[in-house]
Amino acid sequence: MIEENQSMDGATVAAEVVNPIVEVENLNLFYGQAQALYDINLSIPECEVTAFIGPSGCGKSTLLRSFNRLNDLVESARINGHVRIGGEDIYAADFDVIDLRRRVGMVFQKSNPFPKSIYENVAYGLRIAGENGKAVLDEAVEKSLRAAALWEEAKDRLKDNALGLSGGQQQRLCIARTLAVEPDVVLMDEPCSALDPIATVRIEETISELRKDYTIVIVTHNLQQAARISDYTAFFYLGRLVEFNQTQQMFTTPRLKQTEDYVTGRFG
Amino acid sequence: MNVKFWRSGDPFIWLTGSALAFCLLMITGLVGIILYNGLGVFWPSSLERIQLRTGERVMGKTVDRQSIPDKAELFRIQLKVGNRDAYGLDFRWLDEADIESRDRPGEAVVFERLEWGDAYGVIERIVEGDAVLAVGAEGGWEALQPLLDESARRWGVIHAIEDDEMGQINREMEALRREKQMLERAGADSARVAELAARNRGLWNQYEAVSDRLNAVRSENERAEVLLALADGQVRRIRVADIVRAYQPNALGMGGKLAVYLDKGWEFIAGQPRESNTEGGIFPALFGTVMMVMLMSLAAVPFGILAALYLREYARQGFLVRLVRIAVNNLAGVPSIVFGMFGLGFFVYGVGGSIDRLFYAESLPTPTYGTGGILWASLTLALLTVPVVIVATEEALAAVPRELREGALGLGSTKFQMIWNVVLPSALPGILTGVILATARGAGEVAPLMITGVVKLAPDLPLDAYWPFFHLERKFMHLGFHIYDVGFQSPNVEAARPMVYTTALLLLLIVLVLNLTAIVVRNRLRRRYAGSAF
Repeated sequence: MIEENQSMDGATVAAEVVNPIVEVENLNLFYGQAQALYDINLSIPECEVTAFIGPSGCGKSTLLRSFNRLNDLVESARINGHVRIGGEDIYAADFDVIDLRRRVGMVFQKSNPFPKSIYENVAYGLRIAGENGKAVLDEAVEKSLRAAALWEEAKDRLKDNALGLSGGQQQRLCIARTLAVEPDVVLMDEPCSALDPIATVRIEETISELRKDYTIVIVTHNLQQAARISDYTAFFYLGRLVEFNQTQQMFTTPRLKQTEDYVTGRFG
Repeated sequence: MNVKFWRSGDPFIWLTGSALAFCLLMITGLVGIILYNGLGVFWPSSLERIQLRTGERVMGKTVDRQSIPDKAELFRIQLKVGNRDAYGLDFRWLDEADIESRDRPGEAVVFERLEWGDAYGVIERIVEGDAVLAVGAEGGWEALQPLLDESARRWGVIHAIEDDEMGQINREMEALRREKQMLERAGADSARVAELAARNRGLWNQYEAVSDRLNAVRSENERAEVLLALADGQVRRIRVADIVRAYQPNALGMGGKLAVYLDKGWEFIAGQPRESNTEGGIFPALFGTVMMVMLMSLAAVPFGILAALYLREYARQGFLVRLVRIAVNNLAGVPSIVFGMFGLGFFVYGVGGSIDRLFYAESLPTPTYGTGGILWASLTLALLTVPVVIVATEEALAAVPRELREGALGLGSTKFQMIWNVVLPSALPGILTGVILATARGAGEVAPLMITGVVKLAPDLPLDAYWPFFHLERKFMHLGFHIYDVGFQSPNVEAARPMVYTTALLLLLIVLVLNLTAIVVRNRLRRRYAGSAF
């Protein structure tokens, strides 16, 4: 076991990943004067579920949002270091952000269906990309809704307003909407935090199904959830990556005392 | 009173409750007074014949009854005696103590006339030229009906000749005159000038022929007359052609009265004003108001929404944008007459004057666009409402939840796609609310219009059947100004008072309809976008 003080120095304990799809290298992120992320180095494996855990304000959502450059919307945000997705540096000067966001989808904490029909919500990503063929859209809508386990409930009311769905259904609709553009990576920012336990179970089942085809990065406050659904887990604290390893090891034999304290609930 | 009482909040509840009750009282009072005074105006109330103790007899409609100051238990009534041509005044005050008897003769008639207001009396005989057609109240009433129909038909012919045929000739002559002036300015092309003069002569001949026909119809129309015996015994001759409407109020049943009421109400809404606006209809004012509001919205709404979009979505939020926002907010509070002055100086004299010099030089010194008109008035009001639209739109945009924007961007929308597909639809109910409130404010505004194009009486509507159909340079009438003009500038204020109330009622109705539409549309959108921010 490695000593606790080592991690406080900034040295991260991180597992080697064989087939990384997202690679983060020396990433520092600032909001104005305040630094939110410190020297993050991390590789996220392809077609696995990776969970980000850590106490509130530790920077896990910020890191997630730097994978599809949503932090660009915050005017005061500055970034240095590299994030590579599929080998390409997404912060390179001539990089196409729109294209990036098609390849890296995101599901948000609060379900945010557009004020349109269920069908149009799912088809939205394809439509804005210029796809208007009815057959193509129909097929993509059905496929995505099936993948998000919403097809059976929604197939008879595709033309209804999406805002008429329940909270859990809305969140699954948002997942379907994200899947419709066939992204490489799906980012999920606490997707179950506003849902009741039954809806949460359905979302978790959906995620388990999706891991076959998609790389999923999920931020969660719920440690049991991380343990249940993820293959890898990264623990963040105060803007630093403390430990990153296979989930099973993280929760049974963490290498750092700090991680152990957190996952066993001694602080957090 | 102890501390506990104050802390309980009861006094505060009473305070807030009474404030609300006071507001409601004021509003119901306002609407109630206008409804009470406005709705009854067209009701054909009974004609009363009153025998005074002095032996004098008067006939008219009671419009008011009040107690006499300093004399308890005594009342006096205000009687509308009509027959302004005979008595000079429409109204008379009578002390009830002086009245010996009152009755309501069934044969009494009311004639609404083109001039001199109403005539009240009993028909004595009907004559046409030298021939007597009927004698007596009953026979006269029956003989009058076909004559009234005939006269209405002739008026139709007269209007058709005046508006269509003569109007056409006038327009052609005006075109010739302009062409001639342009030729003279460009240097003489004598052959063409001579040709124009010849055509002008031809038009003059046509005009005289039409004019003769018109005069023939007119003199034919002047032959039938009614001899009406007034209450005091004198007999006056009234041309049938001058009678707009005739009815016997005391003989009418409920249905008949209702028919007269609706007929008068319809004339009020759809008819032309008479007698310096104190009688007849207010259609031109209604039309002018609605058209001006539409033009104003057409100018203000797109501009306001676009400006707000830039300000909220694209501009870098910093000192400058804050400054602009403050300026816009303050602009919304600038007194409207200041906008009127700007409109006069900039639109009318500046822009309009330049248009005249560039495109209508042949008509100068008579201004075409360089004088007040519906276009300039609408643009001035648009300027006045744009800040309100901007502020409302900005607030609606700011209320669109962040998650929705991020959701759209996260799917690979460009910023434009996000705004167009997600932000605008979500903000639409709020934007609409603001737009309608701004429009309603603009519809009720009068002061800036008075110096940018509103007139007491506009001969032509700004929209008609002659090319180019929209005549935006024309002056126009407006309900708000109409109220002011009829109520305070009219030579016969007392007789015009009902008109003021009915016009106010109509203006209130228009604003109410606008607001109701807004609420209905917004609720519908809200239901469609249920769960969004509005």
